[in-house]
Amino acid sequence: MCCWCFVPVAGLCPQGAYGVRDSLRSGFSSVKNELLPSHPLELSEKNFQLNKDKMNFSTLRNIQGLHAPLKLQMEYRAARQIQRLPFLQSSNLALDTLRGSDEAIGFEDVLSDPAQCEMMGEPHMMVEYKLGLL
Amino acid sequence: MALSNVLETPAAGFNFDNAARNAALEGLFDGGQTPKPLKTGTTIAGVVFKDGVVLGADTRATSSEVVADKMCAKIHYIAPNIYCCGAGTAADTEKTTDLLSSNLTIFSLNSGRNPRVVMAVNILQDMLYRYHGQIGANLILGGVDCTGNHLYTVGPYGSVNKVPYLSMGSGDLAALGILEDGFKHDLELEKAKELVCAAIHAGIMSDLGSGNNIDIYPTRSQSTKTTGRPARRRF
Repeated sequence: MCCWCFVPVAGLCPQGAYGVRDSLRSGFSSVKNELLPSHPLELSEKNFQLNKDKMNFSTLRNIQGLHAPLKLQMEYRAARQIQRLPFLQSSNLALDTLRGSDEAIGFEDVLSDPAQCEMMGEPHMMVEYKLGLL
Repeated sequence: MALSNVLETPAAGFNFDNAARNAALEGLFDGGQTPKPLKTGTTIAGVVFKDGVVLGADTRATSSEVVADKMCAKIHYIAPNIYCCGAGTAADTEKTTDLLSSNLTIFSLNSGRNPRVVMAVNILQDMLYRYHGQIGANLILGGVDCTGNHLYTVGPYGSVNKVPYLSMGSGDLAALGILEDGFKHDLELEKAKELVCAAIHAGIMSDLGSGNNIDIYPTRSQSTKTTGRPARRRF
């Protein structure tokens, strides 16, 4: 099984080892910051694609039966494996074609383009984080 | 210089990193205020007439109490047969209508068809509902397509209304009064233009956030007759 398909969902849970907050990397913690997202849209935007996919798959299951989402998710999983290493920008062409987002323009294509991010990560650490070794 | 605290590339789209900082800053300086966004404090109106839809707007953009732009264009191009007036935060209406226009262009290139007004409305509704009103765009969409002449309004929270005549913005009550009085079904083009002009005029007279000029744009069934730029009337 290819290692690159493991996508860590680092939401509002602590990033450090053993689930404890990593003060060295993420700074001091405050209860208020961790319990509530600071912007009303932050949580819904973080999970938007995930929720939309879940809703679509569940509708598809109800309409066409279990086989339809199973086959689609198999294709999604295959498409998600075609990626560069974490610190490089992947085009995600196959994934976009499956989702239909290659024919749509949204705010995610205009704002905060990851290819022009001002912060560069350390390649070794990013790969280790993605593999779960960090 | 590679940073060791960046473990993933940040996601594309809106970035909420500074939201906590802004909230903390607002509490620190009591009396100090963040810069206000440029709002269009506006009067926009639309009327469905016999051969199409007439849209009208004033041209003043305000930033709190100051007139920031005297010749602001509030009628945005969406598709050759669909135009949109925007009220609310100026940047939000501009960007949202730009994105909508791009999406509809991709669609018409893909399918070889002119987009319908309902498509524009649905795309806008999905987009605005997703952001729960944080994008301050009150829009009036008017256009002609194969199913007829349509006028819709989309609110910032994603509410949609289909109506034969309409006004929005801070001067909407005055404009709506004129529209209620003068509207009839199947007006002629000149009568419809005069009605919209009178409605915007009333909005300009009664509202401080609207002023300067009146833009009128008729969208007609035969697309070859529509001209490129909206007619700007000196006021």
